[in-house]
Amino acid sequence: MNEITLISVISLGSLGTIAAVVLYMVAQKFKVIEDPRIDIVAEKLPGANCGGCGLAGCRALAEEIVKKESLDGMNCPPGGNEVMAEIASLLGLEATEQDPTIAVVRCSGSRENAPPKVKYEGDMTCAFAHSLFAGEGGCPNGCLGYGDCVVSCDFDAMYMDEKTGLPVVKDNCVSCGACVKACPRSIIEIRKRGKKDRRIFVSCINVEKGGVARKNCQVACIGCGKCVKECKFDAIVMENNLAYIDYNKCTLCRKCPPVCPTNAIHELNFPPRKPRPETKTEPAEA
Amino acid sequence: MKTFKLGGVHPPENKLSQSAAIEVLPLPETVTIPLSQHLGVPANPVVKKGDSVKAGQLIAKGEAFISANIHSSVSGTVQKIDDVVDTSGYRKKAIVIKVEGDVWEEGIDLSKDLIKNITLSPQEIVSRVNEKGIVGMGGATFPSHVKLMVPQGKTAEYLIINGVECEPYLTSDHRLMLEKAEEMLVGIQIQMRALNVEKAIIGIENNKPDAIEHLRKLLPQYTGISVEPLKVKYPQGGEKQLIKALVNREVPSGKLPIEVGCVVHNVGTSFAVYEAVQKNKPLVERVVTVTGKGLKEPSNFLVRIGTPITQLIEAAGGMPENTGKVVNGGPMMGKSLSDLNTPVTKGTSGILLFPQAETSRKPVHNCIRCGRCASICPMGLEPYLLAVLASHNKFEDCESEKIMDCIECGSCLYICPSGRPLLDQIRVGKNETGKMIRSRHK
Repeated sequence: MNEITLISVISLGSLGTIAAVVLYMVAQKFKVIEDPRIDIVAEKLPGANCGGCGLAGCRALAEEIVKKESLDGMNCPPGGNEVMAEIASLLGLEATEQDPTIAVVRCSGSRENAPPKVKYEGDMTCAFAHSLFAGEGGCPNGCLGYGDCVVSCDFDAMYMDEKTGLPVVKDNCVSCGACVKACPRSIIEIRKRGKKDRRIFVSCINVEKGGVARKNCQVACIGCGKCVKECKFDAIVMENNLAYIDYNKCTLCRKCPPVCPTNAIHELNFPPRKPRPETKTEPAEA
Repeated sequence: MKTFKLGGVHPPENKLSQSAAIEVLPLPETVTIPLSQHLGVPANPVVKKGDSVKAGQLIAKGEAFISANIHSSVSGTVQKIDDVVDTSGYRKKAIVIKVEGDVWEEGIDLSKDLIKNITLSPQEIVSRVNEKGIVGMGGATFPSHVKLMVPQGKTAEYLIINGVECEPYLTSDHRLMLEKAEEMLVGIQIQMRALNVEKAIIGIENNKPDAIEHLRKLLPQYTGISVEPLKVKYPQGGEKQLIKALVNREVPSGKLPIEVGCVVHNVGTSFAVYEAVQKNKPLVERVVTVTGKGLKEPSNFLVRIGTPITQLIEAAGGMPENTGKVVNGGPMMGKSLSDLNTPVTKGTSGILLFPQAETSRKPVHNCIRCGRCASICPMGLEPYLLAVLASHNKFEDCESEKIMDCIECGSCLYICPSGRPLLDQIRVGKNETGKMIRSRHK
């Protein structure tokens, strides 16, 4: 009896020792040396894995930062400048302050502005509708309104407006860019948030000739060029019958929205305008 | 009776216009001729605004290998070359011609005499077919000259002629087989000579007994051609299904029919080849079925390419009030029109008017895992799985599940008891998977 116990203890014990030695040697041989800073940086990142930095996820960004030892061109949109500054101080690097950004829907082809001409019954996704036809309103560039962007948003920062049939970006948008990729028509753009969240942009991406675009949508950019003439900062370019406001040059002077004959230029979060003398609605006094 | 083995459905046939003889539609006031009426690269216009053109004159040249020439279908003046709304609502380049009289280009034989004697060599036939802009008339509009050239190292054994017309409602091929049978048979012989094959089989579903009988009567004069009646089953008109049904061979996944020694052409294409080779006439008109349950006179028209679809509907008795949907093509694979002023193109086989009550899709419910879609898929795929994979952007998995083999016949969408948009999702998946595969070769 005792003998059996002894044999088993010895044999098992020696087996275990051999295995331990082999495992130790293998572990030493194939050791992956990881910079401990990666873990520290990854912990500071928001952990949303949204891909807004352009990399596969938060850990990929942490690895990239530590590997390059610089923060040039790296940005965590959900974390913003705060997180980047924190990481910079941790690693002794310098973070360049970046302007906060937000997603902007550049289409106003609501059911009222671009009334539906046909009825669509297929799969209610923009991806399929885009491959099938121009859209219920007839605009080949405009919003289809089936909400692929809303589905793609991981931050609950978008919703479909039931009345207009257009997506709306809420203020908590972190500009991760998921909706930009989801939109088959590239309607959504990441733009600078602007001072006090004020933004001016052309809410149309239709490149058709003015008359054709206007036929489908009342608020289409018709490429008349009035805004280009009005802008003193060369911030507006006209290409393919479509005006585009460069948000880096725009000073938010509010000169261009009133001259647009189709109200295609939108201004957000500005105080209401004082009634102007040349507006047709009411002749202003003195 | 022969048919293909795997899957298939049998929707109500509704061949309302099968006894209506082909009528020649009067010339429209203007025609709109799109530059992309075929698969492949759009043609480049060779006329300018203000030019006067004759019917049959070359107006756009297909310069790429997979492309097709386009000829004017009328005589008149070129009004503009501009972007015009096509059937999908997108704007595509087209040539608009104002019709003035009906003068044809010289050298085109407009007489009805049958010319049986084939004088051209195989190479000459292929270049003539290319020159005259012949494309597959079944609806896929693949340039025909490409299909008449056998790639090196391959030999064609059978020429298979598709007279199946498995789509419900459509009767344009049926009427063509009845009224232009001899021309079509000469066309088949021309194609046989180009491909250097001895045997041609015309596959016809047995819901067209008059066409089968008529062709059989004429066959003794044409050696090498036989007619095979087929059991009615959709999608028998698919290339791969037809080859399986007629010669019991299976085209491997991702390969062309020539791999198993077959070349498939539509009866309409054979007729167009006859006209191009024997009469020197380019593809400028085609037979279009205009049909629908509410329509006064379901008809078959011989229409010049570029005629607005509204004119066809007018000629068939006008649009019924209860119309809910107008479809370009058959009810299974056709596409709804978003604009009725769009023109007839080389691929328009039918215009279908559905009453409001029949148009709506079933409400979408959850998949109940009944497996009907998988059991009827003629390509042996699993549509429920492909649809889910595609809608979750899992395109690598789509590829390994052979999404690229899908022929988009719509049988799964037709059979699904839960009304799920299976084909819609598969189409998106196929598109994206195709892009992914192509990007690997760059």
